Amino acid sequence: MTTDKAAVKSHAINMESLGRNRSEQSIHDEDITLSVDNLDLYYGEKQALFDVNMVIPRKKVTAFIGPSGCGKSTLLRCFNRMNDLVDTCRVDGGISLDGSNIYDKRVDVATLRRRVGMVFQKPNPFPKSIYENVAYGLRIQGINKKRVLDEVVERSLRGAALWDEVKDRLHDNALGMSGGQQQRLVIARTIAVEPEVLLLDEPASALDPISTLKIEELIYELKDKYTIVIVTHNMQQAARVSDYTAFMYIGKLIEFDNTDVLFTNPTNKQTEDYITGRYG
Amino acid sequence: MSLHDDNKQGLVEWCKRGEPMIWMNAAAVTVSTLAVIGLLLLLAVRGFGHFWPASVVQAQYSLPGESSVPILAERVEVESVPIEQLLSAGFKIHADEAFVKRELVKVGNRDVGGADFQWVITRHLENPKYPVDAVVVERREWGNFYGFLRDVKEQGEVVASASESADLAWAAFEERIARASDIHEKISKIEKKEIGSINYQFEKLRLKERGLALDPDLDPSRRQVIETDIALSRAELDIEYKALQGQLADLYTQWNRDSFTIETSSGALREQRMATVVKAYRPNAMHLGQKIVFYFQKFAEFLTDEPREANTEGGIFPAIFGTVIMVLIMSVLVTPFGVVAAVYLREYAKQGLMTRIVRIAVNNLAGVPSIVYGVFGLGFFIYFLGAEMDKALFAEALPAPTFGTPGLLWASVTLALLTLPVVIVATEEGLARIPRNLREGSLALGATKAETLWRVVLPMASPAMMTGLILAVARAAGEVAPLMLVGVVKLAPSLPVDGNFPYFHLDQKFMHLGFHIYDVGFQSPNVEAARPLVYATALLLVVIIALLNLSAVAMRNHLREKYKSLEM
Repeated sequence: MTTDKAAVKSHAINMESLGRNRSEQSIHDEDITLSVDNLDLYYGEKQALFDVNMVIPRKKVTAFIGPSGCGKSTLLRCFNRMNDLVDTCRVDGGISLDGSNIYDKRVDVATLRRRVGMVFQKPNPFPKSIYENVAYGLRIQGINKKRVLDEVVERSLRGAALWDEVKDRLHDNALGMSGGQQQRLVIARTIAVEPEVLLLDEPASALDPISTLKIEELIYELKDKYTIVIVTHNMQQAARVSDYTAFMYIGKLIEFDNTDVLFTNPTNKQTEDYITGRYG
Repeated sequence: MSLHDDNKQGLVEWCKRGEPMIWMNAAAVTVSTLAVIGLLLLLAVRGFGHFWPASVVQAQYSLPGESSVPILAERVEVESVPIEQLLSAGFKIHADEAFVKRELVKVGNRDVGGADFQWVITRHLENPKYPVDAVVVERREWGNFYGFLRDVKEQGEVVASASESADLAWAAFEERIARASDIHEKISKIEKKEIGSINYQFEKLRLKERGLALDPDLDPSRRQVIETDIALSRAELDIEYKALQGQLADLYTQWNRDSFTIETSSGALREQRMATVVKAYRPNAMHLGQKIVFYFQKFAEFLTDEPREANTEGGIFPAIFGTVIMVLIMSVLVTPFGVVAAVYLREYAKQGLMTRIVRIAVNNLAGVPSIVYGVFGLGFFIYFLGAEMDKALFAEALPAPTFGTPGLLWASVTLALLTLPVVIVATEEGLARIPRNLREGSLALGATKAETLWRVVLPMASPAMMTGLILAVARAAGEVAPLMLVGVVKLAPSLPVDGNFPYFHLDQKFMHLGFHIYDVGFQSPNVEAARPLVYATALLLVVIIALLNLSAVAMRNHLREKYKSLEM
């Protein structure tokens, strides 16, 4: 129990410092990683995203909030073309990563996904050892040198704040870990291939509060290195971890602004209703 | 309504609670379990009694109005029959009881009396005795001989006689049987292994020569070289062969050196060569421990020996071996094929009308009667594929077919085809059960679809593939009908695996337990002798299928343990 309390306490401190660091800067001053231009997305006949335009700033945390079914996960899955897996899915408009269109025919999807990593709602470690889970991305790139793998595995697990917990059982099955550990393992697995962007699809929604705090701390640490986009149901979470927040509603981007501005002084009535809990 | 409602409508309440359903289910399980246990017990009791050294009874069998006949026999089975049946069969016996006991006895001595078995009416067996010196001689031909040992002879000279000392004579007898068996082993080793191998090389040389004749474009000087080569090797083989022949002749003389005289129950003396004896024992002189040891020796012999006397005696090792090796080859063929087909159907093919039609076709294929597969195997694999292979690869052996005739390969391929649907369906189900988020996890790390399949999906679907394989093995090991068309024979002269390069002879015919049961049960000249073997072989077939299955199940459980995330 004492460790839990300590975790909560340290978290509180982090949150304070987070608040202090956060400046009232505007999106227009930022260096842009991803930009979405007039994006429409259809599942068969049904349109799921309507003319979305936005930019994702580099090495900042951008949160998507909105009620269930509003299209925030769909938008997130456009960034690494995960929607390609759905047969009936069709996309109009474009998304560019560092200025080049990711929906271009010449783009190699595997390379794109290596640059834009993704963590899912439910922890999905492979039924392999912890070590092999982290090394997976490297192995498929053909890197099999033990020295290199050892190094990357340690660095990634440290990066995901998991090293100290698992360093003595790297070769145990990953499915023996707790849910929170599994989710951090998935994050370690993702950062092992050194992506530029991390997409987090409700990464803490299946976890208990302590694990959630750990993940949030981790997100805060990771933003020094990665551009992070997070989808969340939890508005407090969005307020705590993100620099920018986008509010979506029924497939449309309603408002996108600096997190503090959006939560304290929303310009749109719908946004205000949602964050004050009048619906959603 | 109070919680403690009296059961005034007891039956209705009982039905409402679903109790009848539970009882019916339990009854069904009980009946099924009992049926399986009963089946195994019946097979075991009927089959495994055969190896027990039964006591040999000596008696006078005298039916009223007939002269009495001396009998020396093993009791096999007793039954009660209505007396009318015996009367109408022409027995002149007193009809004082409604039922009389009669029993089947094995009198053996087929070369003397003509039949191995005889039915006798128990109450007309007069003063039955169990003489300790009664001997049962198992012979290589003509079945068992029952009698009393008189003399043991070496080159016609008596070396031990029972009239002087029964025990000494018996000891000499046993010793000489052991010697003859040793020699027999040597002889069969030379005949089967060494001469077999020389014949195999002779055949190869012949084929090489024939190959030369079929190749007119060969450079004459080269042809000369090869021909000299062949002539040289042949000369060498000839010398080896002559040497072995010499050894054999020598061994045969030694083998035929000893003989013995045995007295039948009617007092006739017969002299027989020691070489004809497989083993001899005196069941009435054996105590329980000896009988148990004998039983297990006999059983081991049954498992490891080759059959004798039209399969009614000896062991069934070639059939066990053939069954197992065929199932293994079939597994090796069917698993990759089935898995690859299932992966394409489930992962790559565009789901639609076409895949649905293919699936229906695959499922229907599982329902096609197996004999139809046999016919297909014969028509397509053997007469078409095999014949074409012979033309292309084994032209020098023609007109004798190599693969254009039923054999192990075609039997395995036919069974692989027969069990393919099972593997496809099971693998497809396994693939469908892999959680979508695991595939996505792999794809999100930059793996291609093929890499995801190979590294995540297929390992996780491997337990399902094993399930398919288990079902396939269960079905294939028990099939007989198609095999009769594509490669199984009553008696194969040699095993399909031996010491001659290339060691595996997939073109050879082989024996199979299922067919062996059919053959012994229905095609045997000696029904009574074969009957226990039918049961014993059937039980063995069940045991072997169970063992094959259990090993597959063990592998599956291991894989399941490894990839257990599916159960989450």
